[in-house]
Amino acid sequence: MRITQGTFSYLPDLTDEEIAAQLRYAIDQGWAVAVEFTDDPHPRNVLWEMWGLPMFDISDAAAGLHEVTACRRAYPEHYIRVSAYDASLGRQTTALSFIVHRPASEPGFRLDRQDAADRRIRYSLHPYSAQRPAGERYASNGQGHPG
Amino acid sequence: MSQPASRGFGMPRPDAAANGAAAAEEPPSGPPPLEAGDTVELSEEQQAQRVAAMLDEFDREFVGLAPVKARIREIAALLLVDRLRQRYGLTSSRPSLHMCFTGSPGTGKTTVATHMGALLHELGYLRTGQLVSVTRDDLVGQYVGHTAPKTKEVLKRAMGGVLLIDEAYYLYRPENERDYGQEAIEILLQFMEANRDDLVVILAGYADRMDVFFRSNPGMASRIAHHIDFPDFSLDELIRIAALMLDREQYQLSPAAEVAFREYVGLRRGQPRFANARSMRNAIDRMRLRQARRLVAAGGRIGRGDLMQISEADVRASRVFGSAGPGGRPPGPPDRRSAPSGGTAAASGIG
Repeated sequence: MRITQGTFSYLPDLTDEEIAAQLRYAIDQGWAVAVEFTDDPHPRNVLWEMWGLPMFDISDAAAGLHEVTACRRAYPEHYIRVSAYDASLGRQTTALSFIVHRPASEPGFRLDRQDAADRRIRYSLHPYSAQRPAGERYASNGQGHPG
Repeated sequence: MSQPASRGFGMPRPDAAANGAAAAEEPPSGPPPLEAGDTVELSEEQQAQRVAAMLDEFDREFVGLAPVKARIREIAALLLVDRLRQRYGLTSSRPSLHMCFTGSPGTGKTTVATHMGALLHELGYLRTGQLVSVTRDDLVGQYVGHTAPKTKEVLKRAMGGVLLIDEAYYLYRPENERDYGQEAIEILLQFMEANRDDLVVILAGYADRMDVFFRSNPGMASRIAHHIDFPDFSLDELIRIAALMLDREQYQLSPAAEVAFREYVGLRRGQPRFANARSMRNAIDRMRLRQARRLVAAGGRIGRGDLMQISEADVRASRVFGSAGPGGRPPGPPDRRSAPSGGTAAASGIG
């Protein structure tokens, strides 16, 4: 099941040129670009791990793309997203966030139903990938991440 | 809670976008491709890119430096021809423009480098053209594992523009084999090769030490296509530079002071630790000091002209005349104004 999160989530995966164009837009707006990765793409898991510090002082998209490429090389079987933080007064939040890399196979989620009192039903999402320990969830070769 | 009108959440509306950033987003329509039989007027092409104007401005602003100007014109011509070749559908590989500026102190290496970013941006070679000026401190870390992230951070900041490494030979310290400078050089080399399209690296420094640096880092020498040597300024050029500086600071020399200043420059050139334009800058600063002292000591009413005028006495009071004259006093303590290690920023007055 293909995970859809963030901006452009219903478009086909962006090419490197398209990612660079988005980065350029973010930099031109004065947003700080950051690269993040995770192997737990649960929709409520909003805090992904950071790949280095947010890039506050770059002026060219190539630098952002360079980090995306480096992160892909290090975590080929993780989800990687680019987020752009708008620090301007009145906004001060993530202005743009989109997935730039995903594992080769995505097993998706199971919907768990729990019977509660008075025939009420509680739902929860269980990622199949989370059955394995963090770091091995999508790795076919069992390679973990050093964190 | 009210939101500022300019930047809120939500999609920008087309009518609201007119005053926002979206107005500038229209992609520039490139020049049309050319057929094999077509011809183009070269001068028109140059005009269209505003390149000719920029080069002329460069010529005007910088006194002397003939080999530097020649090389910059060559690069501009190459980029123009490359672009035309592209329009004819011919292959045009992106030339490597990493450079090395060598020359005596005060010959304008740093100043030219700062202009290079803007020029290459105008020529369409660089995307942003910003200049990131660094020295050893900015690249080399203090403990194991510190250097690589630090160097990469700097390189990332410079992407799309020019990275100027001033006095690059300090990166390599042969006397200390555990020095982290070598690591910075290796990362630099790798980055220069892999990201050739994204940044231009300029190394600047004194010729002799740069030679030693390249001899011990042959990989660096071979990856730099343009080695440009900055010649020393002639007497006339120095006078013209000083005139430009004085003009910019709104001072003027009295006719007698001009004669004296010419004499001063002639004498100063022959002395040790002469730093070309930087020495001119320092000489002017000292003349201003003496002028101010003279005005204050004299007291009375003064006007605008007095504040601008530098008199012959202000020039003649220099120690240079004293030590050169017959029976002059022995050379004083080392002349602070031309210490060559001062290095980087003080050359700004050359242009």
